[in-house]
Amino acid sequence: MAQLKCPICGGQVSVEDDALPGELVEHECGAQLEVFKKNETLSLRLAEEVGEDWGE
Amino acid sequence: MRIGVTYDILRWEERDILEKGRRMGMEVIPIHLDEVIFSMDGNGVKSQTLGEMDSIIQRSISHTRAYLTSALMESAGYMVFNGSSTIERAGNKAIASSLLSSRGVPTPKTVVGLQREVALKAAHTLGFPVVIKPVEGSWGRMTAKAEDEDSLWSFMEYQEGTSLKYRNVFYLQQFIRKPGRDIRVFVIGDEVPVGIYRINDSNWRTNTALGAKAEPVDINSELRDLALKAREVFGGIFLGIDVFEDPKEGYLVNEVNTVPEYKNTARVTGYDITGTLLTKLREASRK
Ligand SMILES: Nc1ncnc2c1ncn2[C@@H]1O[C@H](COP(=O)(O)OP(=O)(O)O)[C@@H](O)[C@H]1O
Ligand SMILES: [Mg+2]
Ligand SMILES: [Zn+2]
Repeated sequence: MAQLKCPICGGQVSVEDDALPGELVEHECGAQLEVFKKNETLSLRLAEEVGEDWGE
Repeated sequence: MRIGVTYDILRWEERDILEKGRRMGMEVIPIHLDEVIFSMDGNGVKSQTLGEMDSIIQRSISHTRAYLTSALMESAGYMVFNGSSTIERAGNKAIASSLLSSRGVPTPKTVVGLQREVALKAAHTLGFPVVIKPVEGSWGRMTAKAEDEDSLWSFMEYQEGTSLKYRNVFYLQQFIRKPGRDIRVFVIGDEVPVGIYRINDSNWRTNTALGAKAEPVDINSELRDLALKAREVFGGIFLGIDVFEDPKEGYLVNEVNTVPEYKNTARVTGYDITGTLLTKLREASRK
């Protein structure tokens, strides 16, 4: 498990070592987070709102 | 066999493709579209970020990004499923309906108008209630049912006030009195192996994204033929086709989804959609 920082509350978020960019994680503070790659390492950001052109 | 999976949000489906592919002995490479670059000059289109691939499955959750990146990957010489032309034509409801209609595939009566007064007049040929949908849309978003002229007028006004690309194009359709459900069938390669009823007693929009319950459906020969006919129109290796049961007219093809979600279908039917998809993809990549 990798320990990343929640961009909203600053708390710790445990993420699987094999997590991939685009994976969604809900933090205990209620924030919906998205894994992304920053300088070749995994990081977390607030997940995007559902886009106008999203869906099947 | 090296297969790329382009995506934005890693849903259950994309994860299943990665896992099953590996179990089937394929090298399945996740490609987050944020990280992809295409370079083009007099020597053609290249994407170093993509590298060597036998084929690529398009799984972007965004219609715009799916269409665009399928097109660019094709230019770069990749074999992409579904291809940009399938995504483009099926993803535009006006074009999709016109193609289904011109190829003789039964589909709900629809009118498309480019001006509010004119479209309103045309709506009378359908009879009320009338369904209005954004030309490009999904998950039932902004699909509305107008019981009379007055509410249709308001819906059109609201649509004009949005930032949608096609806000001034009015896609209006007869309301089909389907029995509290519609049918979603999946075309994989040249087969129609599985489908579900999407049941909702409280919402006439039966998208599972809006809470419809999924139940397995028996694919009879009529449904199969209809789905394969729709595939002939749009092409592609993996399609999710929405079918309505009209009490008088029988089956009608409503729309064709080119990056379909299938978590609920896999769950209630137990059918391995991912496995079949990967098998078909492997066959197609060898050709
Ligand atoms: N003409 C119609 N008559 C009855 N129900 C409809 C009609 N058009 C759409 N619906 C309902 O609304 C849902 C969403 O419409 P659809 O055309 O599939 O757009 P989306 O791309 O948002 O899924 C359908 O699954 C169906 O339940
Ligand atoms: Mg639909
Ligand atoms: Zn937090």
